[in-house]
Amino acid sequence: MSAGAPVLAIDDLVVEIAGNRIVDGVSLSVERGRIRAIVGESGCGKSLTALSILGLLPRAAKVAAGSIRLGARELTGLDEAALAQVRGNEATIIFQEPIASLNPLMRVGAQVAEALILHRGLTMAAAREQAIDMMARVGIPDPARRAMQYPFELSGGMCQRIMIASALICRPSLLIADEPTTALDVTIQAQILELMRTLRREVGAAIVLITHDMGVVADLADDVCVMYGGRIVESGPVDAIFAAPRHPYTRLLLATIPKLDGARKTALRTIEGMVPSAGAWPDGCRFRTRCPLADGDCARVPPLSAVAAGHEAACWHVDRAEALA
Amino acid sequence: MTAPLLQVRDLKVHFKLRRGVGEKGGVVKAVDGISFDLEAGKTLALVGESGCGKSTTAYAVIGMERATSGAILFDGRDITHSEGADRAALARDIQIVFQDPSAALDPKMSIADSIAEPMAIAGWPRGDRKKRVAELLDRVGLPATLADRLPSALSGGQRQRVVIARALALSPRLLVLDEPVSALDVSIRSQVLNLLIELQRDLGLAYLFISHDLSVVRHIADEALVLYLGTVAERGPIDALFENPVHPYSQALLSAIPLPDPRAQRERTKIILTGDLPSPLSPPSGCPFVTRCPIKVERCAAARPSLAQTMSGTAAACFLRAGEHVPV
Repeated sequence: MSAGAPVLAIDDLVVEIAGNRIVDGVSLSVERGRIRAIVGESGCGKSLTALSILGLLPRAAKVAAGSIRLGARELTGLDEAALAQVRGNEATIIFQEPIASLNPLMRVGAQVAEALILHRGLTMAAAREQAIDMMARVGIPDPARRAMQYPFELSGGMCQRIMIASALICRPSLLIADEPTTALDVTIQAQILELMRTLRREVGAAIVLITHDMGVVADLADDVCVMYGGRIVESGPVDAIFAAPRHPYTRLLLATIPKLDGARKTALRTIEGMVPSAGAWPDGCRFRTRCPLADGDCARVPPLSAVAAGHEAACWHVDRAEALA
Repeated sequence: MTAPLLQVRDLKVHFKLRRGVGEKGGVVKAVDGISFDLEAGKTLALVGESGCGKSTTAYAVIGMERATSGAILFDGRDITHSEGADRAALARDIQIVFQDPSAALDPKMSIADSIAEPMAIAGWPRGDRKKRVAELLDRVGLPATLADRLPSALSGGQRQRVVIARALALSPRLLVLDEPVSALDVSIRSQVLNLLIELQRDLGLAYLFISHDLSVVRHIADEALVLYLGTVAERGPIDALFENPVHPYSQALLSAIPLPDPRAQRERTKIILTGDLPSPLSPPSGCPFVTRCPIKVERCAAARPSLAQTMSGTAAACFLRAGEHVPV
């Protein structure tokens, strides 16, 4: 499945807001048919990393360094017109709030078809036909009738299916899903996760999944990058990261979540302190102010280094992390 | 045995919709016949998806919503229709903590003033308030130095501690916790959950705990009600409910939570429901779950099942999974 060159390769990406390196040296790649999750808490830089891929950063933020390659093409430095050719075509993004992402005054079928008319030059009639096909594939019952409806007539889950249909209609090589199920009820989330699993097999796009939910990562992803303070602190195959996390942050974060087979009403593992706000990070390792293993070594930035095959962690004390939890 | 601290009997909260132009109007049965008991020192969780009535039930308990019918008894006393001074007096005993601490605190009021506000309303002298604020800050694990700060100087986790401190100000016996950790970062959630568990143990508080996060519910609650479209699908002790859920909706809901364990997640059987939650404006006739139920039969559309004892120790509202000859 993971044959050939990566679809997306981000190398040493730096995103700055007001001189602060909010994303600081992020490198990752995703191959065709694979799902790479980026997981972390608010302010860790996961969404900015995702937004920078398609040039969708908020006005205050800018890519200050690094490279983002989609296939053979460098995306950083492309002008708006060139990016518009990529967006919705070769690479697409879906967001947390499907209803906010859709145009409330446009029939949903036309919103699914739009990219075909824009990027493939199809006629309205031909695009409409393909859009209805795609709506059926993402599990929308009675798609021809639904196509004529407006977003307010559809449920949140159905709107997210519409978003997915419009994101996939041009057969992109890359799909970015930014918290795609966070706003949905849990039984609807299960449906959308199942849909993404099916589509990944059928469409073969590389998927970047942004989430704060370790359960969603475990459910859907092949590989995961854990971010803290704008940097990747650990990265590797999901099985390895969940079974043997080597960075103290990953280890503690997993330990704070109540287990469905754990003891009840007992004190849960905690991480001391709070997530520092962007720009208020300590020098060296950015987790060191909350890390029980921190010592003098941590004043220097730990590099992301291999701890096992395909598994990397950025910590001077990976060998002692196991004692934590 | 003494009476449970909180008793809710066949509670109904219906909302009449006003007719707009070209609209039919109608009645939303947000809560449609819910009963439960909550003992002092225990936690009862209300779980379910949007529109299930979990928040409306909680709001009816604290008097933010008016019950259409049924009864709410606190400490054996009927408080269903308490209003005015009567309701204000109840605020000493029953307090609520909401999901978003930033919205629950006045941004221009110091932390100390926020925490002292219930005492000021209750007419405490200034000196007593100050002493109590110091006690409360310590109780919820906040440094005394934060007293004069504004909420904006605090993190989300600290703000939620302030809200909890304010709720504790008048030594209540029941706390309604409406998604108290949902807005917090994952690394902060366990700190606040630990605090809640500790406070209950030390102060003997009862919690009515509302959450959509079932792993949190399992950790903190003694009992839970699984709600669907304003009715109870299943209720029971946490262990029974999580180990052997009987109602097909409880089973689907539990199997839908993604476990933070890739191997277990791959190997478990997932029940994926088809379709959407029905609109509370036009609920199905018969069993509320009938439109999405994987095991429904003809009679499910004809009549609404009532709660009946199950083999696993829960009570479920299902014709097929619970013997309806043992009504509870």
